[in-house]
Amino acid sequence: MQASSAISNTTTSGSWGGGSKPLVAGYGKLMMWFFIVSDALTFGGFLVSYGFSRFKNIDSWPIADEVFTHFPFLHGIDAPMYYVALMTFILIFSSVTMVLAVDAGHHHNKNRVAFYMLLTIIGGAIFVGSQAWEWKNFIKGEYGAVQVQSGKILQFYDLEKNKRIPIDEFAVSLTQERYTHDDNVGLWYVEESKLPEITLDEVLAGFNRNLNITVRLEAIDDKGKKIILDRQEAEVAINSATRVVKGANLYRNEYGNPLFADFFFFITGFHGFHVFSGVVINIIIFINVLLGTYERRGHYDMVEKVGLYWHFVDLVWVFVFTFFYLI
Amino acid sequence: MAEHLHKLEIFRGLIKFKSNQQKIWGVLIFLSIVTGIEVSLGINKPEILLNKFLGLKLLNWIFIIMTLIKAYYITWDFMHMRDEKPFLKNSIVVPLLILIPFLVFILLIEGSYIFDVMLGGFKSWNF
Repeated sequence: MQASSAISNTTTSGSWGGGSKPLVAGYGKLMMWFFIVSDALTFGGFLVSYGFSRFKNIDSWPIADEVFTHFPFLHGIDAPMYYVALMTFILIFSSVTMVLAVDAGHHHNKNRVAFYMLLTIIGGAIFVGSQAWEWKNFIKGEYGAVQVQSGKILQFYDLEKNKRIPIDEFAVSLTQERYTHDDNVGLWYVEESKLPEITLDEVLAGFNRNLNITVRLEAIDDKGKKIILDRQEAEVAINSATRVVKGANLYRNEYGNPLFADFFFFITGFHGFHVFSGVVINIIIFINVLLGTYERRGHYDMVEKVGLYWHFVDLVWVFVFTFFYLI
Repeated sequence: MAEHLHKLEIFRGLIKFKSNQQKIWGVLIFLSIVTGIEVSLGINKPEILLNKFLGLKLLNWIFIIMTLIKAYYITWDFMHMRDEKPFLKNSIVVPLLILIPFLVFILLIEGSYIFDVMLGGFKSWNF
């Protein structure tokens, strides 16, 4: 009896026996921190590879505040970045409610933890919804453009009004003989993607008819503005047009370099997925708070752990916001 | 409650808050001000800040520095890094501070090198 208790004493009280907290942080919290380190490196890799592609195309990268100009319920009003700034603020605010929930947990105030967790969940949901809305606008596009043989994008510019002009404003509608192939009236084993609503011929006809329309290149000048060709140069440039581009997908987009859209989908998508999973985890913890699980356990460490994750998601957004939208 | 004592000073003791909650709101106000400045600079783009410094526009340097400041306050105050042991702080921050700038350094230099090759090479790149 004496001997066995001595053995168990040495195994539990030593440094390797568990139960001691050299960093004054619980096991779960420490592991959450190390997960955050690895996730930060992942996001760092993504953002740096974005920087690589951007430095590689430094003279022709799309200008972000020309792309993200939408604000809900304000149609046709040019509002560069206001909505993204609002989204940033919503996420920071949900971070604040999260840290208030952690604080209330330290004071064992169950109702306030639940209340602040709920606010955090709502903030996160609003953010994910806004992100989806941004994606919708990005994919749908606004002005449209044509792609030339080299793969570059030519946008259209109205010299009289001194602003960009959407292709559907000047394109001439021609009678079309060609319809999208459908497998129930044609060959059942052949598929065709949807034909564009405005064909290249219609855009070119409109371009030839309106002499005040010219072409805006992907290339940017020293001041960081997109280069606008004069009419004669534009007529030469548009000769090699191969297709109309409206909106964005992974292969081509109306804003310029395809890599821009690829990184947009990848980085904001990966971040949006983090926010989404954060909301799901928050809901699980919220339910547990309501059920009184942590009250019975005697501490609200789980709220603190999920809080760390949530703040990290906010932190990543701060960087995405800077490198994708501001710079 | 001794375990949950918070350090309530920010800006190296310039502002000292009375409670942790007050500190949270104070940091929120600070972060909002910084974000507001960033957005207004991003929309207005003052001419003088478009000059280049060390290969980047001054404006972009300001954005990057402000982002790092925001990151510091989010980690230190929202994530309570300020209250952790120095060893824990360092084991989180030091790997990131070594690895990410290293990656930035290598890839951005390589990216601008490829840009130069594409621009000034003997071959015409048409893709």
